[in-house]
Amino acid sequence: MYAIIARAVHFRSRIQGCLSSKGPGGRPALNGLGAPEPASAPARREAAEPLIPMESSEAEPSESRPEEDGAAPCSEPQPPDTMEDCLAKKMEITVSEAEKRTGRNAMNMQETYTAYLIETRAVESQNEGQCSPVDSLWRRYSEFELLRNYLLVTYPHIVVPPLPEKRADFVWHKLSADNMDPDFVERRRIGLENFLLRVASHPVLCQDKIFYSFLTQEGGWKEMVNETGFQLKADSRLKALNATFRVKNPDKRFTELKHYSDELQSVISHLLRVRARVADRLYGVYKVHGNYGRVFSEWSAIEKEMGDGLQSAGHHMDVYAASIDDILEEEEHYADQLKEYLFYAEALRAVCRKHELMQYDLEMAAQDLTSKKQQCEELATGTMRTFSLKGMTSKLFGQETPEQREAKIKVLEEQIQEGEEQLKSKNLEGRDFVKSAWADIERFKEQKNRDLKEALISYAVMQISMCKKGIQVWTNAKECFSKM
Amino acid sequence: MEVLLDLDLEWNSSRLKLDLSLPNGTPVDTSSPASSSSLLNRLQLDDDLDGETRDLFVTVDDPKKHVCTMETYITYRVTTKTTRAEFDLPEYSVRRRYQDFDWLRNKLEESQPTHLIPPLPEKFVVKGVVDRFSEEFVETRRKALDKFLKRITDHPVLSFNEHFSVFLTAKDLNAYKKQGMALLSKMGESVKYVTGGYKLRSRPLEFAAIGEYLDTFSLKLGTIDRIAQRIIKEQLEYLVELREYGPVYSTWGGLEVELSEPLEGVSACIGNCCTALEELSEDMTEDFLPVLREYMLYSESMKNVLKKRDQVQAEYEAKLEAVALKKEDRPKVPTDVEKCQDRVECFNADLKADMERWQNNKRQDFRQLLMGMADKNIQYYEKCLTAWESIIPLLQDKPETK
Repeated sequence: MYAIIARAVHFRSRIQGCLSSKGPGGRPALNGLGAPEPASAPARREAAEPLIPMESSEAEPSESRPEEDGAAPCSEPQPPDTMEDCLAKKMEITVSEAEKRTGRNAMNMQETYTAYLIETRAVESQNEGQCSPVDSLWRRYSEFELLRNYLLVTYPHIVVPPLPEKRADFVWHKLSADNMDPDFVERRRIGLENFLLRVASHPVLCQDKIFYSFLTQEGGWKEMVNETGFQLKADSRLKALNATFRVKNPDKRFTELKHYSDELQSVISHLLRVRARVADRLYGVYKVHGNYGRVFSEWSAIEKEMGDGLQSAGHHMDVYAASIDDILEEEEHYADQLKEYLFYAEALRAVCRKHELMQYDLEMAAQDLTSKKQQCEELATGTMRTFSLKGMTSKLFGQETPEQREAKIKVLEEQIQEGEEQLKSKNLEGRDFVKSAWADIERFKEQKNRDLKEALISYAVMQISMCKKGIQVWTNAKECFSKM
Repeated sequence: MEVLLDLDLEWNSSRLKLDLSLPNGTPVDTSSPASSSSLLNRLQLDDDLDGETRDLFVTVDDPKKHVCTMETYITYRVTTKTTRAEFDLPEYSVRRRYQDFDWLRNKLEESQPTHLIPPLPEKFVVKGVVDRFSEEFVETRRKALDKFLKRITDHPVLSFNEHFSVFLTAKDLNAYKKQGMALLSKMGESVKYVTGGYKLRSRPLEFAAIGEYLDTFSLKLGTIDRIAQRIIKEQLEYLVELREYGPVYSTWGGLEVELSEPLEGVSACIGNCCTALEELSEDMTEDFLPVLREYMLYSESMKNVLKKRDQVQAEYEAKLEAVALKKEDRPKVPTDVEKCQDRVECFNADLKADMERWQNNKRQDFRQLLMGMADKNIQYYEKCLTAWESIIPLLQDKPETK
């Protein structure tokens, strides 16, 4: 019924798993959205809980929604059946080729970069026999980056899939850290394809128009992105991030999630570092065995009865030493799978930061409103609850005329009204954010558990096959030795 | 059942013991019954009897540490069982230290110059840093000494050597050693071999080939030894990393809820692989390397015997030449030259027989050694395989178990 054709088997199975969990024909094995794993106990708390308890928000009818801002679709509905419309099911997406190119950049400097060929094809579920024509276009890594930045800013409540690393990191010494290295380019090609498939199968992100044109519209795409003005939002967001937050009532769930993201990031990067070293050493163990191959063969030349056995055993030692190349090459896929989650940790943190920022805004607005209300009350009653500079000046320079006071009260009342409206909408916006963010975080957690389990299985299977190969080679060698 | 029990006891008793009570280095108790390990050895020997009837069994075991004021040293128990008429008793048990073995080897070399004398383990371990009294070192040496005596026992000539019987039976070897030194100085010339002075014209092809073979053989053996050591080094470094690698999964498991069990599983599995790897490199260090060393020393002994043979031949040739020069004067070939010729022929015959024996031993030993290496590696991979296979069910989804 659906067809997703991805090149890399590992990734394809992951994405399919992701699709089928929510799709009607999916595996029943996994929890639906309604039954998150017991793990996320804090996560299961009522998502629509108000951010901070406040008098002003109590009176609000919860069904009223704030005016929707096109660029911030936090409250976009995402019923499970949107997966039916998910782009990944309507379109086959592949990154089929990588090509080294040389061009001139904005500074008119010579530069070399890699361009990736994205191929898309509409899938007609009705008549599968007929293949629709393949559309293709070239994109370079920086364009993928731009796309992701756009998604990140536009969907702050979504755990946006990460891009593969820009430069090879956590590699063992045999692999080059050069980002023009063919192996690296190939792994990045797979990673970029994986990214596109992740976005295309995400219930919210897949509906994005900019994403769609990234896949289908070669020229003018950059201009289109820039027209959305996301950069401006990103800038103000960055500015805000630089400010020191003093959130008074942080949401425990987000605090915990942030803590988890930090820990996850540190544990995966530690794991990747050690794995690279383990790979290095394992490589050494295998390759040194290769020397037996040569020396056995040389030795066999001076032996009579032992000669043949030694010679062929030497051949098996060569095979043994050579087998490590494929083993470690395959293991790199596992490392890449872990790396994706290393970068996902950062994406999780971005959502937490956004939440913190909103909470901060909300608290500031509430504080402002409270102080205005107090001022208004002071003016109206003529008493001063607290010592203030204004109170002092009015005492020193005589009373204002009642007209002046009336006017001031009026202005203040208007401001209070406005502030209350604003607070109301911020509160709602915050609630919506929390609601949709948690929905996506739950989705992410399921995806993560499924993916990592699969990655661990494939890792174990790799180890098993390595052991079997080892047993095979040594059994062959033993037979040769026994004939000596 | 009894044998099993005995084995256990033997296992304990063969561990290194500290014996402070006997400062003169001659422990009294040597009457302990035949241990089951010697029994096992005997059974093993019986297996490769090849039709010959074996009448002499020698075992080295039970190392003991002796601490006295002047020095600290290890003695080993040498147990002999025999039906040979040359021995007064069917069974002997004595304690000997390394220098006694060394004395024996020198005596054999002196009294049996035409034969290949098996090598002793080096006086000190090559790498130097090893603790001479560590359990591993003592055990490795015990094995090598045991092998040394077994090789002599198996030899049709050496096993009848007088010094060898004394070594196996004498209560006080030191007294005999002193006596022997006096004897040696008296006997002088007849035993000592003339060294140098003569130049060999041409080595017979046969022995030239042996010489060449030994050169290449020891060269290749040296390479194999270096490779084996390097592999062990790489394995140990791999082990260090692996030991750090496993626990990271465990740490990660602590962060996760649904993934906790699989991650802990992977961690435990890597732990099992570590244990298997450790065993593998231990086995290689203890079983593989010493045999290589023995053969490296063995080929050195062989080369020495070859040299001696060349000297004997050279002596003969020189004498023959001298006679030829004086031929006109004395037409009769002197008996001295005839004696020399005999000696060369005897030497050649002994050496050829020993070489053949050595080649056979070598083939068997290396077949066993290399098959053992393959076996150890297979076992290692099998252990890892079991570990990884056992965690697959942990990783798979358990649908609707809740």
